[in-house]
Amino acid sequence: MKKLAAGVALMALVAGSAHAAEEVEVLHWWTAGGEAAALNVLKDNLAGQGVGWKDMPVAGGSGVQAMTALRARVTAGDAPTAVQMLGFDIKDWSAMGVLGDLNELAQKENWDMVVPAALQEFSKHDGKWIAAPVNVHSTNWLWINKAAFDKAGGKAPETFDDLLKMLDAFKAQGIVPLAHGGQPWQDGTLWEAVVLSLGGMEFYQKAVIEADPAALGGDKMKEVFEAMSKLRAYFDPNFSGRDWNLSSAMVIEGKAGAQQMGDWAKGEFLRAGQKPGTDFVCIRFPGTQGSVLFNSDQFVMFDIGEGEERSAQLKMAAAVMDPAFQSSFNVVKGSVPARVDVADTAFDDCGKKGMQDLADASKTGNLAGSLAHGHAQPSAVKSAIFDVVTQHLNGQITTDEAVKRLPEAVAAAQ
Amino acid sequence: MNGTSSAMAARPPVHRGLADRLRDGLPRLVLAPSFALILVFVYGFIIWTLTLSFTTSRILPVYSFAGFDAYIRLWSQPNWHMALGNLAIFGILYMSACIAIGLLLAILLDQRIRGEGVLRPIFLYPMALSFVVTGTAWKWFLNPGLGLENTMRNLGWESFTFDWLVNKDMAIYTIVIAGVWQASGFVMAMFLAGLRGIDSEIIKAAQIDGASTVSIYRRIILPLLRPVFLSALIVLAHMAIKSYDLVIALTGGGPGNATELPSTFMYSYTFTRNQMAVGSASAVMMLMGIAAIIVPYLYSELREKDR
Repeated sequence: MKKLAAGVALMALVAGSAHAAEEVEVLHWWTAGGEAAALNVLKDNLAGQGVGWKDMPVAGGSGVQAMTALRARVTAGDAPTAVQMLGFDIKDWSAMGVLGDLNELAQKENWDMVVPAALQEFSKHDGKWIAAPVNVHSTNWLWINKAAFDKAGGKAPETFDDLLKMLDAFKAQGIVPLAHGGQPWQDGTLWEAVVLSLGGMEFYQKAVIEADPAALGGDKMKEVFEAMSKLRAYFDPNFSGRDWNLSSAMVIEGKAGAQQMGDWAKGEFLRAGQKPGTDFVCIRFPGTQGSVLFNSDQFVMFDIGEGEERSAQLKMAAAVMDPAFQSSFNVVKGSVPARVDVADTAFDDCGKKGMQDLADASKTGNLAGSLAHGHAQPSAVKSAIFDVVTQHLNGQITTDEAVKRLPEAVAAAQ
Repeated sequence: MNGTSSAMAARPPVHRGLADRLRDGLPRLVLAPSFALILVFVYGFIIWTLTLSFTTSRILPVYSFAGFDAYIRLWSQPNWHMALGNLAIFGILYMSACIAIGLLLAILLDQRIRGEGVLRPIFLYPMALSFVVTGTAWKWFLNPGLGLENTMRNLGWESFTFDWLVNKDMAIYTIVIAGVWQASGFVMAMFLAGLRGIDSEIIKAAQIDGASTVSIYRRIILPLLRPVFLSALIVLAHMAIKSYDLVIALTGGGPGNATELPSTFMYSYTFTRNQMAVGSASAVMMLMGIAAIIVPYLYSELREKDR
């Protein structure tokens, strides 16, 4: 508390001193290799328009640390131009009344028509555009090392039981079957994929999106936690606290067979010079084919007054929504464009599959927000679910306790 | 003041008065800025935190009051009980191990051995490192795949296992190990100073009376070190309650949340879980914990001065 306050005071002194002609200050957590490379696309685009880029990176995969840094800035009355943000965080912040208004630009460029409704849910507040969506990620992917995959039979697992068979085959090869990083958000990412795999979209909607106590504490959920215990047996002993990109590296180097992770993992594979289909395989998490759990990175625009800063801000928002940018950015990042009217020609096989899956799932109603990435519940509830999931995965509580505690924890956080 | 001014009445009054006033006011003038800063940035923020703990603040501070709601929510959290349980384990082991090891080192160093000047800083050196460095170094050392376990296995001891860092039941003890490693040298320095302050005449007298070394330590030296024990306990207790960086660097609160302490709880609820009121309430509970240790200590100090 004291440190924060001192920091706030210090920033208030420093603020207002340095302002170049036209410049945007962007707070984000894209610090892993593939992510940083993708962000450079946007930097170069803006530099071409004479807009400077003041980087404010805050490391940490889930963006939690970035939100903390943001809180200090906003409390000090010195909000950055734009902030990378996810789902319910955007809703929380827009309720605080500190965000800017992009409606004029949005109407001129017809954002209402090109951005999927599921995303608009988060990029608009009270009918007002407040954020520019950059991409759509989906979290229910499985990334597999091709060599290990071929040795294990070369057939993509289609159900959860098939997955266990494949992991057994990896085990027999003497590699780590499933590379996993034991951080609460990664545990949560795996958990939501298992919920979808075993329960289907209807159950996911009921349990995760609606937080229905009966679904959270029922027999199906018990099955999910039992499945988590089974998966736990395929981790290496050192998974605790490992960053997600280090787990990806294990798959890339052939030390591990597979990793369940969102499509940002693809950026790591591409950056290591690997090609989809020949060096690695991307499939939907077994049992979740046809469904997509999404999260969307958006650049939320803060209210920074009129003048030069505002003009730089609008230029940035327009640049983010530029179809050419959305294509080139997402090719590098591993995600798919937030606009539905972008051609998939530049994308690799995994990217094309991702775009196709997104379009299909959106039509069939099998598109839902990812809990682990803040598109299903506010962060208090999300963290409460993480608590139970991570405690169970680490053996602190039994399956029965987890099923009992999950609805309680959710109710206490609401 | 009155005495001075009447005695100086014959001299030109203005000049002396100014110098006098300056001499009187100078200490106050010098202390005023730091006093004002502490008033605002320590006590002011304590009051602010206290205020927030009675509000419904979630993402940013808001001032709609809700009574003891945040405290009720705090005490109903299994995480908070986990944190308190861990603090009890960590605090008791950390304090007792630091004092035991520190005292032993001090007594051994006090035997007028050669090279003491070299040994003393070697033992004290860990204190020069920040907890983040200590935590990171021990994280690598204790990581089963990188550090001790891996090394022993590579040396041929295949069955060697030391996986406390990733074991939910043992992880809290790795924090004790790293904490003790860091602070026991400092406790040693305190005890060494205490030992050096003991009047050697008393010991010589006891030796002449035929007392053994063990009973000299037990009956004379240790009782004389009582104030040092007390200071060590106070310093270690508040270090245990506020320890945050060590946990974050060493285990990040994991595996699961097996090494959650009140400080990590406070941070996560205030800043990452958007439950600022509950976080503030936990900060107030920590403050009360520290006050429970410091206030009796201050009280006894002040009483001794009065006597």
